[in-house]
Amino acid sequence: MNIIEKILAKASRREEVRPGEIVEAEIKSAMIHDITGPIAVQSWRKLEEAKVWDPDRVVVIFDHFLPPPTEQAASLQKMMRGFVDEQGIRSFYDVGRGGICHQVMPEKGHVHPGDVIVGADSHTCTYGAFGAFSTGIGSTEMAAVFATGRLWFKVPRTIKINVNGSFAPSVMSKDLILHILAKLGVSGANYRGMEFTGQAVEDMSISGRMTLCNMSIEAGAKTGIVAPDTKTAEYLGASSSNSFHDIGSDEDSKYERTIQIDASTLSPQVARPHSPDNVIPIEEMPETRIDQAFLGSCTNGRTEDLRIAARILDGRKVHNCTRLIVTPASQDVYRECLREGLIEILTESGAVVTNPGCGICIGIHMGILAPGDVCVSSSNRNFIGRMGSPQAKIFLASPATVAASAIAGRITDPRKLS
Amino acid sequence: MILKARAVKLGNNVDTDVILPGKYLALTDPAELGNHAMEGVSPGFASKFTDGVVIVAGENFGQGSSREHAAIALKAAGVRCVVAESFARIFYRNAINIGLPALECPGILAQVTDRDELSVDLERGQIKNLRTGATATTEPIPLDLLQVLNDGGIIEHLKKKRAHR
Repeated sequence: MNIIEKILAKASRREEVRPGEIVEAEIKSAMIHDITGPIAVQSWRKLEEAKVWDPDRVVVIFDHFLPPPTEQAASLQKMMRGFVDEQGIRSFYDVGRGGICHQVMPEKGHVHPGDVIVGADSHTCTYGAFGAFSTGIGSTEMAAVFATGRLWFKVPRTIKINVNGSFAPSVMSKDLILHILAKLGVSGANYRGMEFTGQAVEDMSISGRMTLCNMSIEAGAKTGIVAPDTKTAEYLGASSSNSFHDIGSDEDSKYERTIQIDASTLSPQVARPHSPDNVIPIEEMPETRIDQAFLGSCTNGRTEDLRIAARILDGRKVHNCTRLIVTPASQDVYRECLREGLIEILTESGAVVTNPGCGICIGIHMGILAPGDVCVSSSNRNFIGRMGSPQAKIFLASPATVAASAIAGRITDPRKLS
Repeated sequence: MILKARAVKLGNNVDTDVILPGKYLALTDPAELGNHAMEGVSPGFASKFTDGVVIVAGENFGQGSSREHAAIALKAAGVRCVVAESFARIFYRNAINIGLPALECPGILAQVTDRDELSVDLERGQIKNLRTGATATTEPIPLDLLQVLNDGGIIEHLKKKRAHR
């Protein structure tokens, strides 16, 4: 079995599972946030159950309206606090305590290799970076999970993406996943799992792996996953280091197909409007003036991302006609960046640094695009209207490309600046 | 379950950001959400189809965000059923869970013109075009999911199951 099949087999107490089989798996953690949570609670109330199956497995994170920009959003959070209190949920990250859910989940110890995790957010697949089977579900389905602690899954067929070679300077895991999206298309992995293997993935930081797995949903995947290794153990702390040596895919694992990629041939990539798979290498980009550059999101708002941007922006200024918005993914990331002096460098260059949150990426809180605005963003989706006006244009790129573009005021190859 | 309504044709990869733009995600009332359905690409969608509609779409319908608000908005805007060449997986589950029938039918886009009157038989997996008289046949909705739909969604379904225990 491959890693996904092994995890689902274990969680459903079976010896073996095969793609296409329906299994009912035990859920290790179930996460909701301030947008999907209220609907989940609404559905939960209709179920007329007294208590969630296990309050210690439910995680509630406020991140989309952080802090709330409207009375309506504030009221939703107030309602959610009531649910947290009533249910005795201890893993609750209110304003100022956490940040973007997909960063907070692993940071605060809610993710372990081999876990089956569901979150009422499509980018829940991020935790595959730690060797967990994690996937996004809807709010009402979450209410059902709250009642039972279980959920059915069809065991997916898996696409193996084997990446060898090493990245050229200023080329990042974001460029790799954009390149993969160009190959697969936005529905190329629909209903499937994606397993990332090979030397380039082994050499990759946890942060880089999170970016890869995070955007597997952009190909429609149920989950993206990387086998856990010593880096995973280091990140998660010694307590879990010896428990996951048997999780990796077997030698004779079956895959629907295998895609081979040589990382050393990759240049920075850009996804053009209005689809994350509308990707070309940056050399092929026509001159594109930008009004806004955004560095942040669950895809690319980690310390490593801000560090690369700061290195490029150090001693330089954001272009007069461009605004650069930087959003650290979590409070912990924010503090780490402060300690490293990155926030100083970024603000010095003319960037505005916001508190952690999802608002800008999803066009609901700060940094909203006007009609005709052009934005280069390190986030994950450039659908019509995603970051504000349906008449705005969003280009997706790596943190390095976002930083270089902010300086030049046009989409710029970071290799020319770093 | 047989549903009759006019078709609204949409293309491939319709995403949840256009089905329900992010700025309405602080809403939780289905009727209010319905007022903003498809606003990203088709303002006034809800007011156009007061007597019900079947969305006929291409591949990967509902891609992107897990926001159940998207499925809720469509249902509240009068969408009786979505027939698509394929669905994004989270949207599909959301639709069934809230009692919005979602039927996968490869090739359907070529067989329907906008505003055609359709009759959709979920149990048989048949989509009859009442204008052309042609019938498209596809894999019916699996029986257990059909029961969820008949009960009005997963919550009502679970409650019913619990009552029978």
